[in-house]
Amino acid sequence: MRQVPAEQVTETVERLFIEANYHLPPDMVSVLEKGEREEQNPVAKSVFRTILENRRVASEGKFPLCQDCGMAVVFLDMGQETAVTGGNLENAVNEGVRRAYDKGYLRKSIVGEPLFERKNTGDNTPAILHVRVVPGERVAITVAPKGAGSENMSALAMLSPAAGPEGVERFVIETVRKAGPNPCPPIVVGVGVGSDFEGVAELAKRALLRPAESSSSHPRYAALEAELLRKINDLGIGAAGYGGTVTALGVNIEWAPTHIACMPVAVNLCCHANRHCSAEI
Amino acid sequence: MEKCRRLNAPFLEKEASNLRAGDEILLSGVIYTARDAAHKRMSEALARNEKLKVDLSGAVIFYAGPAPARPGEPMGSIGPTTSYRMDPYTLLLLELGVKGMIGKGERSEDVVSSMKKNGAVYLGATGGIAALLARTIVASRVLDYEDLGPEALRELEVRDMPLVVLIDSLGNSMYREGPAKYGKNGK
Ligand code: SF4
Repeated sequence: MRQVPAEQVTETVERLFIEANYHLPPDMVSVLEKGEREEQNPVAKSVFRTILENRRVASEGKFPLCQDCGMAVVFLDMGQETAVTGGNLENAVNEGVRRAYDKGYLRKSIVGEPLFERKNTGDNTPAILHVRVVPGERVAITVAPKGAGSENMSALAMLSPAAGPEGVERFVIETVRKAGPNPCPPIVVGVGVGSDFEGVAELAKRALLRPAESSSSHPRYAALEAELLRKINDLGIGAAGYGGTVTALGVNIEWAPTHIACMPVAVNLCCHANRHCSAEI
Repeated sequence: MEKCRRLNAPFLEKEASNLRAGDEILLSGVIYTARDAAHKRMSEALARNEKLKVDLSGAVIFYAGPAPARPGEPMGSIGPTTSYRMDPYTLLLLELGVKGMIGKGERSEDVVSSMKKNGAVYLGATGGIAALLARTIVASRVLDYEDLGPEALRELEVRDMPLVVLIDSLGNSMYREGPAKYGKNGK
């Protein structure tokens, strides 16, 4: 059995969170550049330019892309033939988050208890950790610091199967319309369809990890993505909500089997600071 | 959009009333950061008739919780948080003299009518350009609520911070006019 020291998990998580907070992924840069070319409202066009300039300054490594350095979301694919040694996996991930947010001068935005005290934990832990056991020896880690401005505008609905693709379309567009300027458009729209109540939300979040310009491998979902992108951009919200022709940079749908009586749909919005970064151990 | 003008904070109702939704401005002077938790504390303190450590008359409040500053820098990345969460606390602050708010997103009808009554403006900084905005901060110090970490009440000295007038003191809103012009769904 392959052995991976817990310390190596910690170091990888630390490196990835710093990297993600200072360097916008290339797929986001390319859709932002395209958006800047296509936007027709001059004010919104200048917002695109500012975002690209901000990304350049952040990449110098002194100032993170956004002051909201996010909740520390971690997706970990754990090969079942590998054992983590010298420590507990969850602790190792949290230690990586702790070190990254300290050494990287990243904002700590987590409160320990959500309703009464709301006291900051001071180190941005705990992480939101999604572990999947996969065949083989591979250990793959993706981190995605997630800002609250766009997270707060996300939504989930348990639609009736009879609602069909039109029902999904309506719900997605309504969610984006209601969000307006709050999620810091231009946005990426992650959509989950199927699974169950908690599963569909994870699908939507995973959809945000796909490159913003990619299409679903299923032709009908790919067509729905394209249709949704067009309709969202017709809303006219524009960059920063100042009005414009480019509101979304991409719509990504992930789907999964569901119950005969169910059609869950989740919409996870992400701002233009759609940060994610991966590595294999 | 009108051409860029300079504005100094704190400012008076008269200066605020010259601004129109859509104007681009460069803000300099002294402003304060306060977000969810600091607003809650300020309103609790006011309810107990305590004096705040911030002078609200003509004040500009930036809804922001910055990232930590690196050694030698006055400020870390800083940018607006979504303003509606501050709406419940804002009416009182406007009554007490606040003339400007910096944030992102729509405000409640109550806030807009109080802005009209008190001659205040709502200014927007683009969300997610926090590295650029950090470079407009010349100095910063914590005034109160240090235990709140990023949510502490801070005094900032800013130079030429690029902002847009989102809602002016007549209640005109850039969020209504912009999307109405570019939307294709009649919404
Ligand atoms: S929504 Fe995104 S860009 Fe906007 S403030 Fe939050 S993290 Fe930053």
